[in-house]
Amino acid sequence: MSAATLSASGNQNRWIGRVAIYGLLILFAILYLMPLFVMLVTSFKTMDEIQNGNMLSLPQAPTLDPWFKAWGETCVGLTCAGIKGYFWNSLKMVVPAVAISTILGALNGYVLTKWRFPGHTLVFGLMLFACFIPFQSVLLPMATILGSLGRFGMALQDQIGMTLGFGNPTVNLVIVHVIYGLGFTTLFFRNYYEAFPNELVRAAQVDGASFFQIFRRIMLPNSLPIIVVTVIYQFTNIWNDFLFASAYAGSGESMPMTVALNNVVNTSTGVVEYNVNMAAAMIAAMPTLLVYIVAGRYFVRGLMAGAVKG
Amino acid sequence: MAFLHISGLRKRYGALEILKGIDIELEKGGFLVLVGPSGCGKSTLLNTIAGLETITEGDIKVDERSIAGLHPSKRDIAMVFQSYALYPNMTVAGNIAFGMEMRGVPADERKQAIDKVAKVLQIGHLLDRKPSQLSGGQRQRVAMGRALVRDPKLFLFDEPLSNLDAKLRVDMRTEIKRLHQTTGKTIVYVTHDQIEAMTLATKIAVMKEGIVQQFGTPAEIYNNPANMFVADFMGSPAMNLLSGRITRADDGLAVALERAGGEAIRLPVAAAQAALAQYENRDVVFGIRPEALTDPEGADRNASALAENDCLIEVVEPAGSDTFAVTKLGGREVVARLRADARIRAGEMARLAFNLDKAVFFDPQTQARIA
Ligand SMILES: Nc1ncnc2c1ncn2[C@@H]1O[C@H](COP(=O)(O)OP(=O)(O)OP(=O)(O)O)[C@@H](O)[C@H]1O
Ligand SMILES: [Mg+2]
Repeated sequence: MSAATLSASGNQNRWIGRVAIYGLLILFAILYLMPLFVMLVTSFKTMDEIQNGNMLSLPQAPTLDPWFKAWGETCVGLTCAGIKGYFWNSLKMVVPAVAISTILGALNGYVLTKWRFPGHTLVFGLMLFACFIPFQSVLLPMATILGSLGRFGMALQDQIGMTLGFGNPTVNLVIVHVIYGLGFTTLFFRNYYEAFPNELVRAAQVDGASFFQIFRRIMLPNSLPIIVVTVIYQFTNIWNDFLFASAYAGSGESMPMTVALNNVVNTSTGVVEYNVNMAAAMIAAMPTLLVYIVAGRYFVRGLMAGAVKG
Repeated sequence: MAFLHISGLRKRYGALEILKGIDIELEKGGFLVLVGPSGCGKSTLLNTIAGLETITEGDIKVDERSIAGLHPSKRDIAMVFQSYALYPNMTVAGNIAFGMEMRGVPADERKQAIDKVAKVLQIGHLLDRKPSQLSGGQRQRVAMGRALVRDPKLFLFDEPLSNLDAKLRVDMRTEIKRLHQTTGKTIVYVTHDQIEAMTLATKIAVMKEGIVQQFGTPAEIYNNPANMFVADFMGSPAMNLLSGRITRADDGLAVALERAGGEAIRLPVAAAQAALAQYENRDVVFGIRPEALTDPEGADRNASALAENDCLIEVVEPAGSDTFAVTKLGGREVVARLRADARIRAGEMARLAFNLDKAVFFDPQTQARIA
């Protein structure tokens, strides 16, 4: 066999491998994207078209009406003012919860790696443990705690005329998500800071920087990749959470998006408006999609960095 | 009075003792170099002076005042780290100014100080760059700048040149020496390069396993090593350490060394007869530096005790300025340093002059110096 045919068969093998890999990738991509595609096309169709046409076909007369209706008019339970209020509810909950849990996680990671104290491994171990506690098992204890916080808020109302946020369902959800997220954010930051050079902290100490000055001026500015990872992770989890949301703010004014969406779909008056439901679901998914697109390239990079160094 | 005074310093991590009683006194304007093999505790000692590690026992005084309990920022020290430890998120100017900023120095004063230091270190054109955009030598200078700008009582350097290539290293060494001479600051400097130690120091502390083996001027350390470890560690090529036997003849004590290609060499012992007398008919370690073992023409004219002997040359290594010859004495390879144009050839006998003024003797068991 000559060298030429050898290399030709080598090329051929590589070619077949490529085709197989890309073929599989494309197949799975289609599989994963199919539901999204159906949701998107349905949300632009009229009800007539949905009832008479094919689920996969493109809309004949694309319309934005379902989107407007979902945003401003559709019924959630008994109130028919669209999902816009609940969208803001979710944002009001997610932004503080993500910010607080990320900052606290960074502080924890900073202390656990750069200001080690006797027993720091035990503390970290316990925090890690928090990552494995199932949601369901904290539901009732947490409800009790939130109940006492609510009574405390009531007492404050009587004494000084305001609750200071105690007992407010949005505040409650922020507290729950911060506590539940702390294990994860601490894990992320601790592993990142473990590989962060100690000498930088020492140099800053000699330079006269205090504990918080080092954190703010040296640690945080050099933590972008892990901050992005943490924010994406926390944002997606908290935004998509249904269990805590329905348990602690399942009805009334402060209901988050996920619970509202469920109520939209379950509203049983008249025909089921698939196009409006799909549009509402798309709106509900929008923020997480946006966060991924904006920060996604850091996500992969950040995960890699953590994996290799941590 | 000593400016830096370390007394009875011990450092333990749990049961593990890293520093085992360090005593050092350094005068004002002195340049103390800590040398020793990797892991002997040099960085740990430096960090205790900086306050980055707590001390288990003992005390550190600067200018008659104990600094042992003070926070690093209150000790009036500046430190250059082995890895430079430049803040990656700040520009060069930001790095240099950070310490002043933390101490509340007004912005215009900071600017002046930066410009002054930048001029000395020739980094004026780099001030707006980030550390990642600098070469190794430039980073090193920025790290020095960050320390220099502060005008502290004490400078601490932890192997600042170890990451540089050979050429740059020599340049920066000269730079540091000049800096010390012009500013007259007190410096403690860690290295495990003994040439750096010899050229820079006014005092050297040779450490091993958390103990100072010898503390003295470079000349003392080089010419009068306190034990075999110091003798072997300082100097390049290292001192020849060979086993010999003390014998008595009519003309006094002598040391006998086995020689390849002939009977043993007997070298009369010039000084310290008393100390060596106790070792009569016992083995000792005979130490002689390569430059004290040379061709008769190149030998030191002022030496009071020269002995010439024929030795079988095994290898000849011309090194430009000198020629190194390897022979075998006392069962060990011995390096002699000859003039560049000395006429010797491998495999032949050659006449070598032993400068016995410079010879030292050690006890083979305790490794301590006898004479
Ligand atoms: N936090 C610590 N806990 C336990 N042992 C430590 C700790 N830090 C350092 N050591 C040990 O102390 C010894 C001295 O370390 P040190 O860093 O001072 O060595 P060094 O002389 O600076 O070495 P090198 O030349 O390699 O920098 C080493 O054996 C090291 O393993
Ligand atoms: Mg070191």
